[in-house]
Amino acid sequence: MNSAVLSEQDISRAVTRITHEILEKNKGATNLVLVGIRTRGATLAKRIVKKINDIEGLEVDLGVLDVTLYRDDLSAGKQNPVIEKTSIPFALEGKHVVLIDDVLFTGRSIRAAIDALIDFGRPASIQLGVLIDRGHRELPIRPDYVGKNIPTSKANRVQVQMREDDGKDEVCIIDTLTIDNP
Amino acid sequence: MFILKNILGTKCLSNEAITTILDTADSFKEISTRPIKKVPALRGKTIINLFFEPSTRTRTSFEIAGKRLSADVINISGPSSSSVKGENLIDTALNLEAMHPDIMVVRHALSGASEMISQHVKCPIINAGDGFHEHPTQALLDLHTIREAKGSLEGLNITIVGDIAHSRVVRSNIYAMKTMGMNVKLIGPPTMIPQGIDKMGVSVGYDFEGVIHDTDVIMMLRLQKERQSRYLLSSIREYSNLYCLTSKILEKAKDDVLIFHPGPVNRGIEISPDIMRSKRSLILTQVTNGVAVRMALMYLLLGGKNDTSN
Repeated sequence: MNSAVLSEQDISRAVTRITHEILEKNKGATNLVLVGIRTRGATLAKRIVKKINDIEGLEVDLGVLDVTLYRDDLSAGKQNPVIEKTSIPFALEGKHVVLIDDVLFTGRSIRAAIDALIDFGRPASIQLGVLIDRGHRELPIRPDYVGKNIPTSKANRVQVQMREDDGKDEVCIIDTLTIDNP
Repeated sequence: MFILKNILGTKCLSNEAITTILDTADSFKEISTRPIKKVPALRGKTIINLFFEPSTRTRTSFEIAGKRLSADVINISGPSSSSVKGENLIDTALNLEAMHPDIMVVRHALSGASEMISQHVKCPIINAGDGFHEHPTQALLDLHTIREAKGSLEGLNITIVGDIAHSRVVRSNIYAMKTMGMNVKLIGPPTMIPQGIDKMGVSVGYDFEGVIHDTDVIMMLRLQKERQSRYLLSSIREYSNLYCLTSKILEKAKDDVLIFHPGPVNRGIEISPDIMRSKRSLILTQVTNGVAVRMALMYLLLGGKNDTSN
């Protein structure tokens, strides 16, 4: 069974609020860079960068990270996933980096992303923004900016769709048990 | 889905497999430009480079590729191995396998050596050149470099010039380029073009200047003086007069023609030094891309469950 938890308007409001929170916490956008985790995180980060430009009139640097090569579950019996390009074409030294992902779940991909970022340089700080926090953390990681907290069971799948990648803006919860036993 | 166990040649690689390898290499290329040129993907994996023939480029490229993925890389060269004490190739491979490597990279002067080893050991084998047979990673890095420069491979015309008979690079390139829909033309002295090679779907000619006008890529081959080349030519100077790539010949080519050479180069014999420095020459880009392509292969081969039947 699929149930929509965030509509297009909900996502747009959440992105606007997260943008304001980022600007408030960092007292503006100077020394700020955004890094999105492929694929939906990168799309979200791009929207936030545009919002920051609308509000502050500043073009914030935007990076894109593929964390696959830093994961701890490579060769755990599954086929290796396709690697997409990573692109961080600016120095991270002294910058406040806001890492953006669509869904925060176990925290393992954020751990991988932090490791990857630190290989690119020594930022002044790393903050985390996510559209959905669905709980079930396996590592001591918490987000600084959250679009919506959604309590889920581990059997649920949270599906984030973005217009740029999937043709529409929507967040759904999919019950994987009903997929297996329709 | 990438389900190969070994990379023994390009003959058995499908269009989809080659595309996956090239796409993955595309993403890996950026790692070599980072301040810290290393990712932890293959941490705890062991790669053995078993080289029974001299090599600078290929061996270093495999070693760097493994290390940039955090694998432990061990190099064994022919003269320093137990083969000089009389151990045969299979026994050497079995003994190395007993130490649990995750990939073995093999170069040997005998055609089929890599495939023979792959039939006796369980770990994946990458062929880094076997006799006159195949050199698949060289062909894949050539394709990667062509695709990067031209955008796609389908329909491109390539002219390969030189000692076709003794070139494993040519054989791997013909298989892979035909699979990717390229048109391959071979040029060289008649003594260096094997009978019946046109059955591989390529055209054959002897007049370099005559065919160059519609080619998109020119690939010059090394005159292999350590192999039989000197018995097949009346003189190196004559060869050079007919088949050396000079600026005079290049005038007849397209403006955006790309120049390739698998290295090492005999300067002035198969290619003139001023052309090597020109911006149409991608000889050093080939070397750069070689690392990314080999990283991609290692990553894909160690990607969890592989179909061991290959």
